[in-house]
Amino acid sequence: MREIDVSKITNAIKDMCIKANCCLNSDVYEALEKAEREESSEIGRNILSQLIENADLAGCKMKPICQDTGMAVIFMEIGQDVHFTGGSLTDAVNEGVRRGYTEGYLRKSVVSDPLIRVNTKDNTPAIVHYDIIEGDKVHIEVAPKGFGSENMSRVYMLKPSDGTEGVKDAIIDCIEKAGPNPCPPMVVGVGIGGNFEMCTKLAKKALLRPIGSKSHKEHIRAMEEELLARANNLGIGPQGLGGNTTILGLNIETYATHIAGLPLAVNISCHVTRHSEVTL
Amino acid sequence: MNINLTTPVTVEKARELKAGDLVTISGVIYTARDAAHKRMLENLKKGIALPFDIKNQAIYFAGPAPAKPGEPIGSAGPTTSYRMDAYSPETIKLGLTCMIGKGARNKAVVDAMKKYGAVYIGAVGGAGALLSTCVKKCEVVAYEDLGSEAVHRLEVENFPGIVIIDSEGNNLYETEPQKYRK
Repeated sequence: MREIDVSKITNAIKDMCIKANCCLNSDVYEALEKAEREESSEIGRNILSQLIENADLAGCKMKPICQDTGMAVIFMEIGQDVHFTGGSLTDAVNEGVRRGYTEGYLRKSVVSDPLIRVNTKDNTPAIVHYDIIEGDKVHIEVAPKGFGSENMSRVYMLKPSDGTEGVKDAIIDCIEKAGPNPCPPMVVGVGIGGNFEMCTKLAKKALLRPIGSKSHKEHIRAMEEELLARANNLGIGPQGLGGNTTILGLNIETYATHIAGLPLAVNISCHVTRHSEVTL
Repeated sequence: MNINLTTPVTVEKARELKAGDLVTISGVIYTARDAAHKRMLENLKKGIALPFDIKNQAIYFAGPAPAKPGEPIGSAGPTTSYRMDAYSPETIKLGLTCMIGKGARNKAVVDAMKKYGAVYIGAVGGAGALLSTCVKKCEVVAYEDLGSEAVHRLEVENFPGIVIIDSEGNNLYETEPQKYRK
């Protein structure tokens, strides 16, 4: 049994909230540079160059890349041989978010009740997913998610007879309907299988994978490549003003499902697909 | 061609702007997003005046990040405008001539823009750090309790944008993607 004081969790999450919001990950940065070289629309190239300049400015001044610094989504994989000491784990996670968003001058974008809508003023509570794994380590991934793109995400409870083609068409439909709203170029996370809630979690997890990382499953990898090309042929382009850079990447995660179902979730993200991780 | 657009924007000036025009905006603009719009219009129904004279003004759909010490404002890019579609026909009717945001607008908004003479300008979503460098001064003028969603009065210099929908209803989101669709 390994003991970990929850104050270590607080500190790690505080740092990751700030880093994930101010420093654009290298996979996205490189994808933007490549897109700027290859984009055929002049307005599109100009927008991509502004996004690169914006990322440079944000990183060097530790300023948020985008004012929407998101609702903090945290994935924790906890080794079954770990024992937390020093207080409540979930309280420690939220304390990390509170400090990160306050000390990092990040925007507080959370309301305590979806209908009464009073801002909590410290960006808590976070959305936390706990998974138990083997071993005595804790892996934490912080993925603050803005809502311009979150609002464009969709769940489709497809039928088995819809098959691969039905899945592909639904994903393209989701991207096309999102259009200019999620600040294209987008990054797309797809979850196929599981059930109603599992497919959405898979889609979110797909966004944690670097752009250009390919599925280890051959049929999924082929689908990722085909959909990347199809999405970029839609013409939406940077900011929806036309061009061949509509999405920078598309990752798919899958899970077993029921004989009667083909659940699909498409989680749309903007280019600021934030994630920062650490293993304690 | 780049057009220097100085606020306030008269109806005549708004009607001169055409979809596709690149503009740099200087002067005073006001931030308002979902919660501020809701409160402004609910207050108006109760007979409480708007927190600023909306005639010929520009509203920037934005909720800035907090300012670091020594800076006027934190990152301050546009938010998605369709969430204000429920309110914009009314604000345009009240005299608003310029909206700055990103993303699609519905028919009711475009119809109001055509009828009263208003323009919709896009700023680059996701470039909030860069856009914040154009903000020289920022003060909260109403609804401080809303935090980032409060109404902020911004003084901007050469704030870059592109006219997406003009007062004739020409719309870049409808015309441009088609050219690149394969």
